[in-house]
Amino acid sequence: MGTSNTSHTLTVYAAASLTDAFSEIGKAFETDYPDVTVVLNFGGSQNLRTQIEQGAPADVFASANTKEMNTLVTNNFVNADAPHIFLTNQLVVILPKDNPAGITSLEDLSSPDLKLVLAAEEVPAGRYARQVLDNLNSMFGADYKDNVLANVVSNEDNIRQAVTKVQLGEADASIVYVSDAVAAPELQQIEIPVDVNVIAEYPIARLANSQNTELANEFIAYVLSPAGQAPLKKWGFTPVNP
Amino acid sequence: MSQFRKPFFQTKLSPLTEWLFVLPSLLLLALLALPVLALLWRAGTEGMLSLIAQPSAVSALRLSLITSTVSVLIATVTGTPLAFVLARRKFPGKAFLELVIDLPVVLPPSVAGIALLIAFGRQGVFGSWLSSIGLTLPFTTTAVVLAQTFVSAPLFVRAARIGFAEIEHQIVEAAYVEGSNEWQLFRYLMFPLAGRAVLSGAILAWTRAIGEFGATILFAGNLEGVTQTMPLAIYLGLERSLGIALALSTVLVFVSFLLLLVTRRLENHKDNISS
Repeated sequence: MGTSNTSHTLTVYAAASLTDAFSEIGKAFETDYPDVTVVLNFGGSQNLRTQIEQGAPADVFASANTKEMNTLVTNNFVNADAPHIFLTNQLVVILPKDNPAGITSLEDLSSPDLKLVLAAEEVPAGRYARQVLDNLNSMFGADYKDNVLANVVSNEDNIRQAVTKVQLGEADASIVYVSDAVAAPELQQIEIPVDVNVIAEYPIARLANSQNTELANEFIAYVLSPAGQAPLKKWGFTPVNP
Repeated sequence: MSQFRKPFFQTKLSPLTEWLFVLPSLLLLALLALPVLALLWRAGTEGMLSLIAQPSAVSALRLSLITSTVSVLIATVTGTPLAFVLARRKFPGKAFLELVIDLPVVLPPSVAGIALLIAFGRQGVFGSWLSSIGLTLPFTTTAVVLAQTFVSAPLFVRAARIGFAEIEHQIVEAAYVEGSNEWQLFRYLMFPLAGRAVLSGAILAWTRAIGEFGATILFAGNLEGVTQTMPLAIYLGLERSLGIALALSTVLVFVSFLLLLVTRRLENHKDNISS
C-alpha cells in the first residue's frame, strides 16, 4: 500500500448528499492507506464549485450533478477527461414521522397551506426536484407545479438542511434524494414513479492543480471499485459498478 | 542627563522600537482593510452596482430595512426599561442575569439559530404551545425579526444600562427635592441624560440586526420577499450571480460604515461634554 507522494493529506470536496457515504469511504480508505488522512468538506455542490474557483485547495471533487463539474472543466479547474460518473441517485418525498399535514400522495403536495421546504434552485437537488414537479404536471394538471411551489416556505442552501427541517417537524414535506431518506429512516416516504423521477448522475474528478495527483487518482479508483461502491449502495445510492 | 529627559510621550521612539510597533500594526491593518477595499474596487470597476436594481436585490434590501428597523424598535421599547432596572437596582442573581442577557452576542450564530428553532419551532419546547393557539413562527418574517432581536438587543441593553448608570445621583435628587414627580424625572432628566447612550446603543443594535445571517437562515429559512434578507441574498446569490452578491455587499459595507460613523460621533460628543 502506501504512496510515493510525500504529502499525506487528501482533501475531498463532496456534495452534501454524500455526507454519510463518503465519511465511511474516507475511513475505509484511511484504513487501507495508514499514512493518509482524508479531509472531507461537504456542502451544496454549487457552493463547493465556487470555493474551488476561488482557489480552495481541494484534490478531489464529487458533485451531485454534471453541471457544476462541467463548469469546472470549462474553466480549466478539471481536465476534460477526468470526470467519472460514480453513482446515480433518485428523488423521493419525505414527511415527518407523525405526518402532521396528513399527506398521503404526490398530488397532496399541491393542497393549499402546506409548509414545504426544498433545496434552492441553485442546488442540484433543488433543480432536480423542480424537474420532477414539471414531470408531474402531466399527471396532475398544468397548475400542479405552481401550486406546489406556492407551498414552499424556504429554499434551503443544501439538501441536508431541507432534511433537517423535516426531521425537526418544522416542514410538512420535502423532495430529497433517496439516499437522504435512507440516512433518515425515521421519516415517512412517498415514492416518485420511475417514469416521472429524475436520475441524478454524480461525477467525481481530480482537480487539475491538485498537489496529490497520485493519491487523488487512487482515491477515485477506490470509489469506483467494489469496496468503494458498497458503502454507496448501503446509503441508498445506485452504484455504477454494482 | 536623566534629570533633563523630555517627557516620554514627547520623545520619538528608537527606530527599532518604532518598527516593532509599526510592522505588526500594518499587517493587521492590511488584513482588516484589504478585503473590504478589494470588494469595493471589484464592485466599482465591473459596474456591478447597476445590478442593485434587480428585483431580488431590491426585495432583499427592503426586507432587511423593515425587519432590522422593527427589531431595533422592539429592542428599544423592551430594552430601555430593562436597562434602567439593571442600572438602578441591586437584586440577587443580577450578575447572572446580565450574563444571560449578554450571551446571545457571543454565541455562534448557528447556535443561536438552533436554539431559536428548538424553543420556538413548530415542534419546539414553547413553539408547540404557540402552534396550538395558531401561531407558527419558523419560515415567517416574524422569525427574521426574532432572530435579529435575539442577537442585537443585548448590544442595546448594555449601552443603555451604562448610560443610565452614569447619571449622577445628586442631579436627580436635587430635582426630586425641588418637587419633580417620577415622570418628570424620567421625561426631563434621566432620559435626556442617557439619551446619547441609548441612541448609540440603538444604532449599534441596528448594525448588528442588518448583518444577521446564521440565526436567520436556520430559524427563518430562505424565501425571497419573506425571509431572504440581504446577508442571505448575498450568500445564496454567490451561486446565481457573483455580481448581485457584490452589489449587495457594497451596499451593506456603506450602510454599516455610516451607522458606525454615527455611533462614533455620538460617543465623541459625549466625551467632549464630560471632559
